[in-house]
Amino acid sequence: MKILVCISNVPDTTTKIKFADDNKSVDFTGVQWVINPWDELALTRAIELKENASNNISSVVVAHVGEATSDPTIRKALAIGADSAIRVNTKADDAFNTAKQLANAVKDEGFDIILCGIESSDHNGSTVGGMLAELLNIDSVTGVSSLEIENGHAKVIREIDGGRETLTVPNTALFVVQKGIAKEPRIAAMRGIMQARTKPIKVVEPVATDSFTQITQLEKPVPRAACKFVDADNAGELITLLQNEAKVL
Amino acid sequence: MSVLIYTENWDNQFKKLSFELVSYGYSVAKMMNTDLKVVSIGNVPEDQLMILGKYGASHIYQVDDNQDFNDRNYTKIIEEVAKKCNAELIIFANNNKGKAISSRLSVRLNAAIATGVSKLPISVNPFVVYKKVFSGKAFADVELKSQTKIITLAQNSFEISENPQTVNIEKLTVSTEASNIKLENTEKQTGKILLNDAEIVVSGGRGMKSPDNWAPLEELASLLGAATACSRPVSDEGWRPHEEHTGQTGKIIAPNLYFAFGISGATQHIAGVSSSKYIVAINTDKDAPIFEQAQYGIVGDAQKVLPQLIQAVKDMQQK
Ligand SMILES: Cc1cc2nc3c(=O)[nH]c(=O)nc-3n(C[C@H](O)[C@H](O)[C@H](O)COP(=O)(O)OP(=O)(O)OC[C@H]3O[C@@H](n4cnc5c(N)ncnc54)[C@H](O)[C@@H]3O)c2cc1C
Repeated sequence: MKILVCISNVPDTTTKIKFADDNKSVDFTGVQWVINPWDELALTRAIELKENASNNISSVVVAHVGEATSDPTIRKALAIGADSAIRVNTKADDAFNTAKQLANAVKDEGFDIILCGIESSDHNGSTVGGMLAELLNIDSVTGVSSLEIENGHAKVIREIDGGRETLTVPNTALFVVQKGIAKEPRIAAMRGIMQARTKPIKVVEPVATDSFTQITQLEKPVPRAACKFVDADNAGELITLLQNEAKVL
Repeated sequence: MSVLIYTENWDNQFKKLSFELVSYGYSVAKMMNTDLKVVSIGNVPEDQLMILGKYGASHIYQVDDNQDFNDRNYTKIIEEVAKKCNAELIIFANNNKGKAISSRLSVRLNAAIATGVSKLPISVNPFVVYKKVFSGKAFADVELKSQTKIITLAQNSFEISENPQTVNIEKLTVSTEASNIKLENTEKQTGKILLNDAEIVVSGGRGMKSPDNWAPLEELASLLGAATACSRPVSDEGWRPHEEHTGQTGKIIAPNLYFAFGISGATQHIAGVSSSKYIVAINTDKDAPIFEQAQYGIVGDAQKVLPQLIQAVKDMQQK
């Protein structure tokens, strides 16, 4: 079995967002880049599955759409334990473009399981996984919080509004994974970092595609009104304020 | 031309989000000068379907499904309905199901897509919507440049409104492929208010100190008809179930009122709750970042404040 994990390269979650002068793009100077948190958890789960020999997983590959500046992020994925990487050499600024580039780069590689994180913490789109499954014409399951291999088949738990479902997926499929899939991302050990240097990154040139969306303006959230404090010894007053002033009770 | 809404039901009853979607779709259809149509998949009884008319639906396509929900099949069903009614815009809820179908559908229909939209479109020609990016640290106006367009609406971001219409129901049969995916088991959460639907949420963080301290928090929630939630370390420690974890890597919610007891307000937590209309924080540390987000706050010990709040709610409810 071969597992593919699609990874996105995003600003560290604590980054303060600054806009470029035109307010149409983000000024990324000085930003620390990381593997998108959900993709990192997906990768962690893939490696855990591979470590269990009975699952019979021959390789865990990561795929990324991005320019050479993303290589440190890819190396980190390799240091955590991925066996090799594919990078499509173009900017990932539109979900459809990203999915199309990924589909083209992986369609002939024979992956049995493809994992995508539920969203990337920059564009918060949640669309690349579903688009990729559609482009590859394979099944997809979204909102997956548990992935096991049983008798050579994937067994997953999908979170739905108001509950969860357990599904067996015997064929090639893409899983859009969320919280719960793995507990903590792994920290790369020195040995992993050394090995990552020699692991292959295959660079694929992009195919022509359309991009259907464009950011026309960026805004900062409207600052909230200053906090109104209620004395801890008279906490019940808070309920009166919520009822009479905010009118939410 | 039309605007098409995909409504969701749970045990054949429409969810609140369906009424929100129809109210929203009605307003957008008006902006676009076109009709609103609705697709419902499943065996929702006719009197339930009629309720959608109250919020603005005039034409409902009812598709029976005799299969389990499956991303591919549902995509195919909605694709056929969209073609049938020549949909210019298709709207889904921004939940796992909505995201699963809409992303696949966008490829099939060559449609631009924006997810997590939280307002009416800024303009319909060009078609520009407003959505959260960078987990709430910024907002973007996004232009969708294709003929057919798809958006998903962030839950609780649009007020339900009444726009009574006469309802016309059209039954459709769409053939789908047999799937290899096998549903083994469904576990339904019962008796509790669903976190994503709740208008009030009472949440606790590591400052609650121990899982044994949650009883008053649950009591407050039950008095207010609220759902309970928690920060990530609380669910990681196993103090509370994972379904309650809110934040960037957990659930993203937008209630009217969010109580944060003993939650510091780390950016990753805020990312999941920043769309709440009101945030109320109770924290021993007056410099905790949560107070920068909150409109009401108490600097104090959650265990001492909770009984007072419970008493005040009881007094309020007795009046
Ligand atoms: C990639 C990534 C993703 C993450 N995703 C999430 C996420 O989705 N959701 C999330 O919540 N976190 C997330 N985190 C973790 C986040 O950074 C914080 O660690 C977490 O939110 C802190 O939880 P807390 O506020 O409950 O605990 P703490 O930070 O320990 O804060 C406890 C608070 O309780 C107060 N307190 C202590 N005693 C009392 C008392 N008796 N009464 C009242 N107040 C008291 C303290 O003053 C303090 O402010 C993520 C982190 C990373 C790196």
